[in-house]
Amino acid sequence: MQRYSFLSLAQKALGGHRGWEPAWRKATPKKSYDVVIVGGGGHGLATAYYLARNHGITNVALVERGWIGGGNVGRNTTVVRSNYLLPDNQHFYEWSLKLWHELSEDLNYNVMFSARGSMFLATSLGGAMALRRRGNGMRLAGIDADWLEPDDLRRIAPNLDYSDGALFPLYGALIQRRGGTARHDAVAWGFARAASDLGVDIIEDCEVVDFLREGERVTGVMTAKGPIPAGRVCLATAGSASILAGKLGLKLPIESHLLQAFVSEGLKPVVNQVLSWGGSGHFYISQSDKGGLVFGGDIDGYNSYAQRGNLPVVEDVVEGGLAILPALGRLRLLRQWGGLMDMSMDGSPIIDRTPVRNLYLNAGWCYGGFKATPASGWCFAHTIAHDAPHALNAAYRLDRFATGHLIDEKGVGAQPNLH
Amino acid sequence: MRIPCPHCGERAAEEFSYLGDATVQRPAPDAGVDAFVAYAYLRDNPAGALAEYWYHGGGCRSWLVVTRDTRDHRILGAVDARGREAQP
Repeated sequence: MQRYSFLSLAQKALGGHRGWEPAWRKATPKKSYDVVIVGGGGHGLATAYYLARNHGITNVALVERGWIGGGNVGRNTTVVRSNYLLPDNQHFYEWSLKLWHELSEDLNYNVMFSARGSMFLATSLGGAMALRRRGNGMRLAGIDADWLEPDDLRRIAPNLDYSDGALFPLYGALIQRRGGTARHDAVAWGFARAASDLGVDIIEDCEVVDFLREGERVTGVMTAKGPIPAGRVCLATAGSASILAGKLGLKLPIESHLLQAFVSEGLKPVVNQVLSWGGSGHFYISQSDKGGLVFGGDIDGYNSYAQRGNLPVVEDVVEGGLAILPALGRLRLLRQWGGLMDMSMDGSPIIDRTPVRNLYLNAGWCYGGFKATPASGWCFAHTIAHDAPHALNAAYRLDRFATGHLIDEKGVGAQPNLH
Repeated sequence: MRIPCPHCGERAAEEFSYLGDATVQRPAPDAGVDAFVAYAYLRDNPAGALAEYWYHGGGCRSWLVVTRDTRDHRILGAVDARGREAQP
């Protein structure tokens, strides 16, 4: 692999930028593999990378239906944070945030991680108390959290609506200063390049249509490019997890929903942190390095695989945005799109073995998938390599719904469209 | 997305709220834990036609069973949830 560095950039620049190699090999399937990972999104790619790097398992194929970067990893709003309340989530997402902070150096690829701070805004007294409680919970777990009074908030986020007539007056914000954003495409490309360099075969345009089976065991996958036998088959197909699992008669505690996202025309710096607002409305926004404001809100609320949403939610998101950031009203929208959310029954993910032998599952990411990418791959790789979960994902069990060990961060019960 | 309410005619989707999969049925009280776990938590989650509960809160305030294609949001039918087995 060509190492990227300032020197290599300067040399290639002098040579007219000829001689750059493709970032990853275009592989064709070998006869068989130790591990096949289904799904070339962020989580699948991270899993492939950590399998090779942490566990020395390099006879691995990663099969992707489309192309790398074409699924949900290229459709999210790039927010990275670890401000959770429940311990099972706190430690997992905090490990993810630690991996984010060193990811560019680790992959030798600039994922453009920017620790610009992630803030949750309070627009009611109750909301402020709930956020302070969350912050205290985080600090007890050793995670950074600071409470900002309205005056502190105004100093670093002056463009919010602080007027007397504001429909949603600001009561302060909980800030996690180590949170921020990363360039989502770069995350996919960086993991793909690093995994490929360690020997993983990345096979694009290779949809999995069924499984190879011997009795109760899975022995590989049947793909558009023919059968690929493998010792272990690992599903990292969040968004569409139920479809492949269903071919094995496995019903999952998951519904596929649809989340819309938006980006405005490019502007000079105006939103300096990641702002999130939940409670009376739901809205989150950050500014990309190109200057576009990237924002979103609630999921549409009904099961969907369509990757496009409906207008009532567009209106709802924009209303939420205008309520706290009135200046948004002067902007033009550049793009709007939809992605699939694996909404689980308690709002938390699943990284586990399954009742089918040699089959492993990584699913149920709800809204939280992007920020989890490194830790998800790290933990899934451990689970696959050791045939047992790591302590960090031991709670993300598939059978927790039967045993009652739910991780319901919002406390809304088995109603996926409310998580 | 517009939903053809059997009582009110075709109305915009924002008049309705969504509950979810209408194919799951509450098991008998003595059916055992596994049956209740399946009822509460496990879903087919199909990419295709799905019968689902919608509530017409902005109209006749009836619970409906709407059959909708989850791949493209096409509505394939809508009936009143009450006594739906007897309806076409």
